[in-house]
Amino acid sequence: MTDPVLSLSNISKRFGNVVANDAISLDLQAGEILALLGENGAGKSTLVSILFGHYTADAGSITVFGQPLPAGDPKAALAAGIGMVHQHFTLADNLSVLDNVMLGSESLWQALTRKAAARAKLVQVGQRFGLGVDADALVGKLSVGERQRVEILKALYRGARILILDEPTAVLTPQESEALFGVLAQMVAQGLSIIFISHKLTEVLRVSNRVAVLRAGKLVAQADARDTTQAQLAQWMVGRAISPPQRRPSKHLGKAVCVLEEVSTAHARERLNRASLTLHGGEIVAIAGVSGNGQVALAEVLSGTRRITGGRITLMGQAMPQVASELVALGVARVPEDRHGVGLIGDLPVWENAISERLRSGAFSRGPWVKRRAAQAYAKAVITRFDVRGGGPTTAARSLSGGNMQKLVLGRALMHPGSLAEPDSAAFIPNLIVAHQPTWGLDIGAVAFIHEQLIAARDAGAAVLLISDDLDEVLTLGDRVAVMHGGQLSQARAALDWSRESIGLAMAGAEGVAHAA
Amino acid sequence: MRLEKRQHSSALAMVLAPIGAVAFTLLVSTLLVLWAGAPVGQTYALLAQGAYGSVFALSETLTRAIPLMLTGLAATVAFKAKLFNIGAEGQLYVGAMAAVAVGGMHGGAGWDLPPALLFVLMLLAAALAGALLLLGPALMKARLGVDEVVTTLLLNFIVLLLVSLMLDGPMKDPTAMGWPQSVALRGELELSKLIPQTRLHTGLLGAVALAVALWALMKYTVLGFDIRALGANPRAAAFSGVPVTRTVVMVALLSGGLAGLAGAIEVAGRTSYLTLDMSPGYGYSGIVIAMLAALHPLAVVVASVFVAGMLVGADSMSRAVGVPTFIADVIVAASLISVLVATLLTQYRVRWR
Repeated sequence: MTDPVLSLSNISKRFGNVVANDAISLDLQAGEILALLGENGAGKSTLVSILFGHYTADAGSITVFGQPLPAGDPKAALAAGIGMVHQHFTLADNLSVLDNVMLGSESLWQALTRKAAARAKLVQVGQRFGLGVDADALVGKLSVGERQRVEILKALYRGARILILDEPTAVLTPQESEALFGVLAQMVAQGLSIIFISHKLTEVLRVSNRVAVLRAGKLVAQADARDTTQAQLAQWMVGRAISPPQRRPSKHLGKAVCVLEEVSTAHARERLNRASLTLHGGEIVAIAGVSGNGQVALAEVLSGTRRITGGRITLMGQAMPQVASELVALGVARVPEDRHGVGLIGDLPVWENAISERLRSGAFSRGPWVKRRAAQAYAKAVITRFDVRGGGPTTAARSLSGGNMQKLVLGRALMHPGSLAEPDSAAFIPNLIVAHQPTWGLDIGAVAFIHEQLIAARDAGAAVLLISDDLDEVLTLGDRVAVMHGGQLSQARAALDWSRESIGLAMAGAEGVAHAA
Repeated sequence: MRLEKRQHSSALAMVLAPIGAVAFTLLVSTLLVLWAGAPVGQTYALLAQGAYGSVFALSETLTRAIPLMLTGLAATVAFKAKLFNIGAEGQLYVGAMAAVAVGGMHGGAGWDLPPALLFVLMLLAAALAGALLLLGPALMKARLGVDEVVTTLLLNFIVLLLVSLMLDGPMKDPTAMGWPQSVALRGELELSKLIPQTRLHTGLLGAVALAVALWALMKYTVLGFDIRALGANPRAAAFSGVPVTRTVVMVALLSGGLAGLAGAIEVAGRTSYLTLDMSPGYGYSGIVIAMLAALHPLAVVVASVFVAGMLVGADSMSRAVGVPTFIADVIVAASLISVLVATLLTQYRVRWR
């Protein structure tokens, strides 16, 4: 075996009492794709940030191409040939591809930019790695997949020999992901090395040569991708054997709970454009789509935080009110996409967060006064029933972990205050559950818990709308699946009628697929 | 250098932070006292004595603290909702104008009302005037995204010009021999003295009662939750159903109303007429007090007595040892900065690279 191009030795990093990286030693060989696998919070991002110089390790050293890499210096990392493609792109929409690639790589003090030379170099790099992009196109007009290519080109243009990709497929359709994997294969064939960060087992096995698994800050396993299985990786990742999620289809379909007819919203960053959908009690309708195609608008409209400009929505046979507190009173349980920014108020205690959306329904207020005792009792019940750990009713919500935040958000939405007195009454089951990315960024245990709760609510008769970027989640949980593209919804079809290919085409907006019967 | 959020504030930091804040304030002011060439121990002794050392000193300090409490509460309720009301000064003046208009013009007798009713009417008019002055900027912020710092600050200057106009026009006191002052309030409307032979008036009880009321409102009512939620996370507040515009309006009415009351109570308790120099910046000092009190209504009472004590004590100390009275402003400013930094350091740690 030749010398590794990159060698991490005994990297440790603590944040307060949390050990983010615990003596991690890892080598990257020339011409290989190393997958860095781990759940959220396992230490992947910290490790990469140390490598790229954003953090300084408490202990340990890094060697690149045989030279020690100075700690805490992003410029040194760039100069040593490390390139990073972030999950959230760092491109200027109003500049051309060429300008974006040149941006920051030229000296501030030179009088003229050397565009012709830069263009030639860009074209040459693009041809060499099969990354064809029009150099003069405005980045703002490019698709997400094309923007990602620009990010990769930018790193290669600056002479990256080691490329770090952070969750690169999170924003791509299955077809775009395949194209990306092709590009990666071409790059390693030419001697580049790639670190591929992910938590998706299937694609890790599909794309990488070697897999390194992090758990709770420790490197728990390294394996050749050919010699391992998804079950084995999952066990390393979680620390125990887990059973893969099973499809559990709906047993009996109820009557229509919520009907959207040609609903449109005003043009903000994304919008609904004549979207139609019917949700029945007792079924989970899952919405797939590349994020940014109107999912936020759909979730906000059904959560009472965005007004519609056209079309009609009926809820339980009546026109749906477009006010959050009235929706809650009508039995709409809402789980927003962003639990930190929208779901919870971090500075306020858990108990106030637990009752916040029911404070206007009268259950927790008498005249102008808050019924603090009833509110705290309810918060305690939510904490117990939904297994919220890491704090009691008076803890500030921000000190909870992501998974426990989500359990709190889901718990308060699903648990009607009346069910404290009558736990078995069907009157307290929500009519409609609107869950937008409910498991995003959660560990496998929390994901399973959230899924259980959604399925249990469905089996009790609730209509569930699940909006997710995660195709596996959509296909496993959804009884019916619709695809969102450009603010429009395809026909919702039984989950088994979709294949990954047909969903991918619909996500990309292919004509005929989205509107086929 | 950058700041890292602490996972948990350590107990040691919580103890050390206030001690460090006091030590820093003392250090800065001691250096300045030394620079002025005065004996340090004696200067501080005189300062404390002049502020709290006798019934007279204490009465002066508390008199000065009354408007500060009210403007401090005005800033507290607004800042809790992240409505940055810098216009308490102007709201104080329109409150004072409204008080004079109701209780002083026409001899206060244009309407034949019993004094008790007229008194209530005077306070209501003052609160309403201050509230309406803030309502415009608040609605412009909620609906159009106009920066309320700019609008409320600039309104202060407009209001001062308006006061100037009124003092030379409709509110002019014809017996003041050309001094720019308004007609006086009717005698029955003036607040009675709390301690005879001093200037301390019953406005103090009103201000403290309002502090307790605001504390209860913030802690125990739905509106209090709405205000705190809106300030802490407006998107999450809207998601949970907080009526955003209505809450902003309520905050504006409360904050502007409290500042307007400060004006009326100054007129009714201390000056009995309106002048252009009635407030030495009480509206702005209210912001300092609210921050010193960490936006806690009850702590506003304490912070007001501290700031007023420094201002009053510095006057008498300055006469005795010749340190300029500006030392009081330095102490207040240094204590604010050190309290803010200390609070920051309990929540964040500094990394030097």
